[in-house]
Amino acid sequence: MTIDWSSFTPGSALLGGALIGLSVAAFVLLNGRVAGITGLLATVFQRQDEGRSDKLLFLVGMVVAPIVWQLFQELPRVQFVAGGWLPLVVAGLLVGFGTRYGSGCTSGHGVCGLSRLSPRSLIATLSFMATGFITVYVLRHLIGV
Amino acid sequence: MLRITAFLSGLLFGFGLLLSGLANPGKVLGFLDLAGAWDPSLALVMAGAIGIALIPFTIAKRRTRSVLGAPLRLPTRRDIDRPLVVGSLIFGTGWGIAGICPGPAITLLGGGYWQAFLFVGAMLVGMLVFELLERRRIAAELANATA
Repeated sequence: MTIDWSSFTPGSALLGGALIGLSVAAFVLLNGRVAGITGLLATVFQRQDEGRSDKLLFLVGMVVAPIVWQLFQELPRVQFVAGGWLPLVVAGLLVGFGTRYGSGCTSGHGVCGLSRLSPRSLIATLSFMATGFITVYVLRHLIGV
Repeated sequence: MLRITAFLSGLLFGFGLLLSGLANPGKVLGFLDLAGAWDPSLALVMAGAIGIALIPFTIAKRRTRSVLGAPLRLPTRRDIDRPLVVGSLIFGTGWGIAGICPGPAITLLGGGYWQAFLFVGAMLVGMLVFELLERRRIAAELANATA
């Protein structure tokens, strides 16, 4: 393993992480809900979900964020490495199905779950990190995509 | 009031994703590429987020109502079952292909990237497939229970 020091951005990573922490803290203490994006998205399919407007408004805030950001400065660099439409579609299908089947994603299990010291979320986080590392290893170093 | 705080929390979450680099799929894949030139930044995003959220969640666990009086709903399950693990393994595979998880996918929509719209479309189809299978499973269980 070699560390890519030129890409390492400890300051913005910690500060951005802190903003995410503040956001989930505010949502649980003020709205009484866990800000797991998978769980919030699930409400799209459930007409009579309780607290539906809160969940949808959180998602709207997330979409509006880059628009507000651009009023003040340029968006940070965004690189879509998976070229073409097919990898994006395959990845999207796996992420959508997997997060619902596994009851959460990076935010629900990774941030909120670990902050709650939930054993379920720890297992989930270790599981998705494991296949994340393995998939990148296989694609980049074995197949060479 | 709850609607305003929900919107503002989401806005803050989106800013955090943009600032941290989590909304940049290239950076996420750089973190997942242990065998290549590894970018450890995302470990610090998680550390920063959990560092801030740990105490608020500890407080939330002791309450039944939020500060604004809304019912406090925290997950209660503690069992480790097969769907939890299998679902997370499937999610990680998709995450490793594109470097995009659900939060950044939603925020990238606001940046107007066609890739984000395509990814979110596919992700919602994946969620819909789960939803339909789950409804069928529940219907079958109900039918068994009454038979």
